[in-house]
Order: sequence, then C-alpha cells, then structure tokens
Amino acid sequence: MPTKMEKSTEKNHIISALVEHKPGVLQRVAGLFTRRGFNIESITVGESEIPGLARMTIIAHGDQQVLEQITKQLNKLLDVIKVRDLEVDSTVKRELCLIKVHAPTEKVRSEIIQYANIFRGRIIDVSSEALTIEITGDSDKIDALTDLLKGFGIKELARTGPTAMSRGAKTI
Amino acid sequence: MKGGQALIKSLIDKGADTVFGYPGGQLLPLYDMIYDSDLKHILVRHEQCAAHAADGYARASGKVGVCIATSGPGATNLVTGIATAYMDSSPVLSIAGQVPTHLIGNDAFQEVDMIGITMPITKHNFQVMDANEIPAIVNSSFEIALSGRPGPIVIDLPKDIQEQELEEYRNELLDIPGYKPTKKGHGLQIKRAAQTIIKSKKPVILAGGGVISAGASSELKQLAEIINAPVTTSLLGKSSFPEDHPASMGMLGMHGRKVANISVDESDCLIAIGCRFSDRTTGKIDEFAPNATIIHIDVDPAEIGKNVEVDVPIVGDAKVVLQSMIKMLKKDTSGLDTLKWIEHVKKFNKNCIPRISFENDHPLKPQQVMKELAQALDEDTIMTTDVGQNQMWMAHFFNTTKPRTFISSGGLGTMGFGFPAAMGAKVAMPENDVVAVCGDGGFLMVCQDLATVKEYDIPVVVCVLDNRYLGMVAQWQKLFYDERMSHTHLGEVPDFVKLAESFGVRAERVEKVGETQQAMKDALKSGEPTLLDIIIDPDEILPMVPPGCGLTEIVGEYKVEREIPGDIRYKTPGKAQEGGD
Repeated sequence: MPTKMEKSTEKNHIISALVEHKPGVLQRVAGLFTRRGFNIESITVGESEIPGLARMTIIAHGDQQVLEQITKQLNKLLDVIKVRDLEVDSTVKRELCLIKVHAPTEKVRSEIIQYANIFRGRIIDVSSEALTIEITGDSDKIDALTDLLKGFGIKELARTGPTAMSRGAKTI
Repeated sequence: MKGGQALIKSLIDKGADTVFGYPGGQLLPLYDMIYDSDLKHILVRHEQCAAHAADGYARASGKVGVCIATSGPGATNLVTGIATAYMDSSPVLSIAGQVPTHLIGNDAFQEVDMIGITMPITKHNFQVMDANEIPAIVNSSFEIALSGRPGPIVIDLPKDIQEQELEEYRNELLDIPGYKPTKKGHGLQIKRAAQTIIKSKKPVILAGGGVISAGASSELKQLAEIINAPVTTSLLGKSSFPEDHPASMGMLGMHGRKVANISVDESDCLIAIGCRFSDRTTGKIDEFAPNATIIHIDVDPAEIGKNVEVDVPIVGDAKVVLQSMIKMLKKDTSGLDTLKWIEHVKKFNKNCIPRISFENDHPLKPQQVMKELAQALDEDTIMTTDVGQNQMWMAHFFNTTKPRTFISSGGLGTMGFGFPAAMGAKVAMPENDVVAVCGDGGFLMVCQDLATVKEYDIPVVVCVLDNRYLGMVAQWQKLFYDERMSHTHLGEVPDFVKLAESFGVRAERVEKVGETQQAMKDALKSGEPTLLDIIIDPDEILPMVPPGCGLTEIVGEYKVEREIPGDIRYKTPGKAQEGGD
C-alpha cells in the first residue's frame, strides 16, 4: 500500500492492461484519459492469449501520483480486467514502423537498402519512385533509422506505438 | 416473451416498484407493454425530473431508482440527472429508448449516441443488441449500481429489441471478471489506523456520503464515542451523524462551520470515512489539515490519494471496516488521551452554534425560516434542497439526526434538483414527511412537475425561499466582483402562489415570523402537495472561505448564540486567489 507519496519526477510509464475484447472498450479507455487530463503518448491494442480478451499497451507520461491514478481509474472500468505498470528495466518493448522513402535512382535505392539492412529492416515494396521499409524495434532504434532516411525524403510513415511485455516467466 | 416484457419483469423482480418516465416514439413498444403490466409508472413533465426523482427515490430508500426516457432529446434530458447521480454516487438506473438497431449510426430521427454521451457520467452503461440478454443486463445493473461505490447505470434499448421474442427468459447475471469491489478492509491497515488513533491527541472524524450509503451511522457514532473525537461532515455526509450530539461540529469546508474548519486545522489525526476530499470540503489543499496524520477509509481505491495525500489508506466498505476497527480499539483504550481535546472542542462548539432566532427581522431571515421548519417537522422528515444559498442555509441551520433524511446535490450542484428529488423520496418513503427547500431560481427550472405531484397526489411540501435573486451567485458578485450584479436578479415574476394554484396545488405565501411554522403544519395536515412561497431577505450573506484559501481564512461571521472566547487563533481573512473557483 502506498503511503504519503514522494513528489517524484515525471517520466514515461508503460501500462499493460487486459481488457474485454468488445466494441466501445477503446473509447472508454481513451475517454478516461482525456477526461482525467492524463497525458497519453500511445495506445496499442490487439488480441491476447485468452479468447475474448484483448491486451492494451499504454504509454503515459506523468509522476508517480499520476501513474497511480491512471492505474486505479483504469481498474474502475468494468471492461478492464487487469492493469500492470511494467518496470522499464525488465520489459521488452517493440514497435512496428512502415516507412515509404523517396528513391528515384538505382544509387539511392541501394543506399537505402544498406541502411535498412544495418537496422535489420526489410524492404516490403519497391517501385521506380519509392521504397517501403518495415522495421521493428524499440522506439530509439526506429527514431535513428527515420532520422537517417529523412535526407532521402520520407513520403509516408506509419508507427504502431510500442507494445510491451515483462521479461522472464512473469505474466500479468 | 418480448424484450420489453422481459425488461418489465426483471425490473419488478429486482424490486423496482415504481419508475419515473416519459414516453416517446422509440419507446412505443415498451410503453404498450407497460400498459398491461404491474409496473407502477409515474409520468413526469420533463425527463430531467424523472432522473432526479429516481435519484431522490434511491437516496431516501437505499434502493435503485429507475427512470425511463425516449431516444434522442428524451435521453439527453436525462443527462443532468445522471451526472448528478454520478457525482454523488447514487444508484440510479436510466433506461433510454434508441432507434432500431439497423438505423443506429445513420443519424436517424431522434437518434443520439447515449452510450458515448454517458460514458464519463455512469458507473457503466449497456446497449442491448439482443433481447435474450435483457434479464442478465438488468440484474447486473442492479448489482453494479448498489455494490462497491454506488453509481448510475444506463441501458440503451433499441426499438426493435423491445419487440424481439426471447428464446427463453434466463434469470442470470452477466459474467464481469473486471468488477470485484473490495468490501473488507486490509487487516494490517486497520490495525495501523487503530494504533495511530490511540496515539493521537486531537483526533477528528470527517464523515462523507459513503457512511450513509454503507449504512455505517451507528458504527460512526460508536467510533466517535470510543475515541472522544468530534465529528464533522461533508455536505453529503450530513445526516450520517446526529447533529444534536455534543460531538457534532456540523459541516466542513468552504461554507463550513468555524469550529469544524478550525478543529480540522488543529487536528493531529484526521479519520476520513467515505468522503472524497472535494475542493469545496478541503479549501486550499496545501493548507488542509496540516498537522494531521490522515486515515482514509473508502470503498473506491481511486479516491485514495486522488486529492489529498493519505498516511493510512484503507480500501473497504465503511461499515465493515469500522466494525473491525471498533473491535480492535475496544480491546485496549488505555493509551488514549483525548479527553482534553474533546472538552475543548465541545466548549468551542457551543460557542459556534449559529443564531437562528431572528424574530424582529423583516423581511424574514432564512435562519428564522429554518428554525420554524425544525419546529414544525419531526426527525423522520426527509429534507431535500436545491443548490446555492438555500442549500447552505439548510446545511447550517437545520439539524438532521437520522441517515437518509438530508438529500442534496453536492458534487454536481444541480439547480432544480430539490423538488423532483423530494417527489422521488416521497414515492419511496410514503410514511415519511418530505419537504423540499428550494430557491426561487432553482424551483422555476422544474416547476412544471407541479403537475406530476398533483396528478399522482404526491404530498410533498415545497418551500420556495423567495428572494428574487440567484442568491449564491449574487453573493459572490457582492464579495468578489465589486457588487456588479450581472444577471442575477430574477425580476418580479412569477407569482409562485398563483403558479402553484394554476396546477391545482395548494399554496400559501409566508412573510411574517411564525407563519412558516403554521403554514408547514397546515400543509402536512392537509395531506396534499403544497407550495410555500416564503419571502426572505435578499441581503443575507453566508460567511465563507474564499476560493483558493485555506479553511481557517473565513470571511464574515455567523451570528452565534454565544460569543467566541479569545483563545482561538485565526488567520487573516483571505481574498479570492487567482484561478480559484
């Protein structure tokens, strides 16, 4: 049980939530964040290992008190079954990003492909004008690649936001 | 059996003897089925009153109050009532009509996204897409509304679902794995709290609405008496502790009684039970109970640490937690050293009893009106209030002694609440006298429902404290806005007596000392719904803590029955601070 809370610094928190997989749940969660004035960086949601339940990964910003409120308020929603704040140090966090890059010449294309390879990205579409790269990783890695590719001209970029899980055998 | 019939059957099975509603196009099938049923339905004259009446019904009885409105505008008219119930944790079930399922999302006639609209103001809401689920949804709605921290539920019911044939009526509950309210508090935490209390020298109990909804009033009284702690309440906590008890300090907060505000400031151990530390209760948060170790008992874990930092949090039902705490405390009270404190507070308290006799004043002082009401009414009378000065006068000058006898819109502060809530309370508790104390502004917002109390012969007494001002707003303008009375004077119309009489409702004007008491006695004797138009002094101002200030920075003085001794410290009265509201 928390006692008188130390005023802690603000940081990003990774919240993993097991929720009912049905219409309206995302709206309830998103609405809660808006209404309570919580800062939300991203939400990802998809099926979980349990039929009928989905897993949400929420990246939210705030101090310890805000985090505690977020967790408690989420728990109050009837469609939310479990909520866990994941320890940043013992959590694997991955994000998927698709990047369409301007690539009008053979030389540019081969240069881009080399960069993609270094970042273990994959080329998933090629045309005479553009290349599309798929890359998975933590957010820093994706930031690094997109920075590199900016010079060529990024025509379109789509990021999923991170999804995450505890290391080891621990589950939520 | 059809969907609508399943709804009616499950409502009746859950004990909803009366519903408040208003029909409409998308509810025609349901109303056609109500026509043949045993469900008692009261036709209100505005849907907002249906929601408030259901709320009054719920708060007076502790049961779920039910209201019904058609889709679109009918449903949106419920919204203020639902939000009122949400803010004050009242178990209200609202059933809203909806366009047929195949039209949902098409912007059909009288379609509104009631689920989306009420998401932030309900404990949960359901859209029924299969009539077979109706019994389970209704059963679960009652469970959810009443358990844990009570709250309102909305069921959105499309027209075609009302007519859909059920395969089988299955009397079951929904499986909701995400809902497990904690009832029993954590043993160790309760022990820590008990130890903290024993060690304290100046304990104060702050009781909120949670004490009433948990039915923990007798436990509260026991605790206060065992540990010699004075008791203050939030507005919603009023009636949880008998206000004629010597340890009762009355209400805390912006409009709190001086003894309560100062004792909380001096306290070294604040035991908050079923309250949420609203800004109206705490004043400036940094200066709230600066010397106290705070113990917070609440059934809703999200309330703990939300507004005030807590030292000993206990999540659980107030009654259950208090019972085990009392058991622990009773074992050994030898270390307790609080007698000096309670004697000090009692003495202070006696000197803070507000003066309520103003027998030579004309126009009438509200205090005198409250005094005469108290003389005319018994302790089982259920009082409802509107919002504003009338509410604060009632909070201060009218003592309640039994739980569920004071019903008021605290959190949302909804004008127009008092009269329809009284209507609902009277329907729920026909043996009790029910009196609504309203301002003229708030009453006028819902006056059309005089038709309802007349048609259904619901003998409530409505006291309109008539000063022709939006009194509370006017008070703020006088205190903080250089007396620039922007749009708070209501003019000379209507004549409330004639207004009531046009509905066939008994009415009387009260202008002189002694008349309130007589008129109230006559009203109760008549057994008819009655309106009393009580002309009061428009210049009466309440002492208050300016917004953004600490609880001890009270501006203005109540006239008290006796003088306050000189040994009580005060801070300089504050000014409203930037950003305060």
